Amino acid sequence: MSDTRVKSAGPASPRAIPPLLTGGKLEGLPIILVFFALIGLFVAFAPRVFLRWPIYDSFLVTIPPLLILSLGLTLVIAAGEIDLSFPAVIQFSGFLFAFCSLHLGAPWLGLLAALGGGALVGLVNGILVAVVGVPSIIITIGTSFFWSGVATVLCGGLSYALSDLENTPIDNIFAGTFLFVPAEAWWALGIAVLAWFVLNRHRFGEHLLFIGDSQTVAGVLGINVARERIKLFTLMGAIAGFASFLLTIQNLNYFATQGQGTLLSALAGVFIGGSSVFGGSATIVGSVFGALIIGMLDAGIVATGVAGFWVEVIVGLVFIVAVVLHIGIENPARLKQLRRRFFARE
Amino acid sequence: MSVKTSLRASAHRTYTNIVKAEGLCVSFGKVQALTDIDLAIGRNEIVGLIGDNGAGKSTLIKALTGVVRPSSGRLYIRDELVDLGRYSVRRAHALRFETVYQEKSLGEKQPLWRNFFVGRQIVNRLGFINVREQRRIANEILQSHLGFRSLGIDANSTVSNLSGGERQGIAIGRAMHFDADLLVLDEPTTALAIKEVRKVLDFVRWIKESGRAAIYIEHNLAHVHALADRLVVLDRGRIVADIRPMEMDLEELARFLISLQHPHSGIAA
Ligand SMILES: Nc1ncnc2c1ncn2[C@@H]1O[C@H](COP(=O)(O)OP(=O)(O)OP(=O)(O)O)[C@@H](O)[C@H]1O
Ligand SMILES: [Mg+2]
Repeated sequence: MSDTRVKSAGPASPRAIPPLLTGGKLEGLPIILVFFALIGLFVAFAPRVFLRWPIYDSFLVTIPPLLILSLGLTLVIAAGEIDLSFPAVIQFSGFLFAFCSLHLGAPWLGLLAALGGGALVGLVNGILVAVVGVPSIIITIGTSFFWSGVATVLCGGLSYALSDLENTPIDNIFAGTFLFVPAEAWWALGIAVLAWFVLNRHRFGEHLLFIGDSQTVAGVLGINVARERIKLFTLMGAIAGFASFLLTIQNLNYFATQGQGTLLSALAGVFIGGSSVFGGSATIVGSVFGALIIGMLDAGIVATGVAGFWVEVIVGLVFIVAVVLHIGIENPARLKQLRRRFFARE
Repeated sequence: MSVKTSLRASAHRTYTNIVKAEGLCVSFGKVQALTDIDLAIGRNEIVGLIGDNGAGKSTLIKALTGVVRPSSGRLYIRDELVDLGRYSVRRAHALRFETVYQEKSLGEKQPLWRNFFVGRQIVNRLGFINVREQRRIANEILQSHLGFRSLGIDANSTVSNLSGGERQGIAIGRAMHFDADLLVLDEPTTALAIKEVRKVLDFVRWIKESGRAAIYIEHNLAHVHALADRLVVLDRGRIVADIRPMEMDLEELARFLISLQHPHSGIAA
């Protein structure tokens, strides 16, 4: 009776939510299956492309910046917030990095500036959200315009060629190849592991989950809600700054419209992955595979011979179906209710 | 607070009042929710807090437990003055205050092992949570205090799947585990069935018997009247009466409370 360490060895109780690996259940399993099904489809329709390594190699270069953005956003979504300003950070931080590299000859300083610039953008967002009380979906639209404008003004609409950085240490470390795999992919993997531990095992992550659940409850339980939200947005800004740096160094080029088009893709990765649209629950593993799926659809669909403009239609469909399914899993009662309403007369 | 008791208190390095408020005011913008509250809770005293909806009962205990910041006044904990600027829920936890709230003191989508410890997690130096230890203790609480394991509820269960009574049990179990000197109960029996209500009342008795103090907000007069050592009546943000249940029976108490309401019911007259 006193031995509480004995875990219920029988079938897992239906009320229990499994951690990463319990009772043979894996975090993000549905989305992982979808991912492999998708690869299966691609192989079936375009075997000549998808049975060879190069396409995967190119995925491992193009997807990491997007994936890193999705990871940061997962934390934001977990806390029930949203950040729409990261494309502006990609412009702004990319400019800082390019400027330091080209005009000061200091790419490492540029990396710091990119991270710091992103963090600054995030800090401003965080203060406006947590202290002033503007909803994040509104305020990050505003700051987005602002920082994107600042970046455009500063770079004068020009692009910066950074070919001098080719094969320098910073290029090799962040955009080289390590164990046959592009360095970007290793960085993304490292950040994913870190993000998983922060969200699921760190005090900060737990605070984010409780804040996402309910801010009132979080406050009553002794969480400093304002401080944690400011930290969150600052972190998201720094992560976007890193993604921007990665994007710039892998292209060895900065251009003023950099980052446009990441907004919807990065968010789609998070929601396809199964993080709750209501906050309070989020999955890093899901976001990794969600971002992989989003990143692959583009190239994959084109390779299978379907016309390019179908890509968005398909991405949209995948997104909608995934989010509806996830809500169904999260809250089966809601689906049951719907079913009853529609089929009540039969 | 006779000379004798305060002498004895200092001799044993103990205290007379677990918490004492002096001239405490709380306002939310233009709304003055509490005005000039003077209230002392003895170290083994059960104080019932009663009054109309919106009288300021919840606000008062939130001020005492660091959830809302008073706009003025003084707060003493164990007879020592508290710096209100630094007072917080965390600080109140550290001073061994525990709260079981009217509603919503649990994270709905979170597992119980998180809910038991959030705000004071068992962490290593880098702030990473010792999940195994938290799970173990959570299961222990569920089993020993609550007998919940038999219902298929364990440390991994999420709150949203629990009934109201089970939730209240969790909140009480958490308060018991952290071994507080002051327990604050805000309408702990709301929406509970008779059996669950009895458990809560037993818990209040346990608080008294184990030498702790409690502030107990309750709309059911019979419950507070039977359990409290003292009844404090709040009306529109002020304390209007301080009653010993022995001196006033239930009927008189009810009549007294109704008489309070008449002056401001306006048209009723
Ligand atoms: N966060 C807040 N912001 C603004 N006003 C508030 C806030 N919290 C409470 N109030 C106001 O303060 C007054 C007292 O509220 P409080 O919750 O303390 O009442 P109560 O006595 O607990 O009532 P009940 O019995 O209904 O729980 C009410 O007029 C309420 O509207
Ligand atoms: Mg109340």
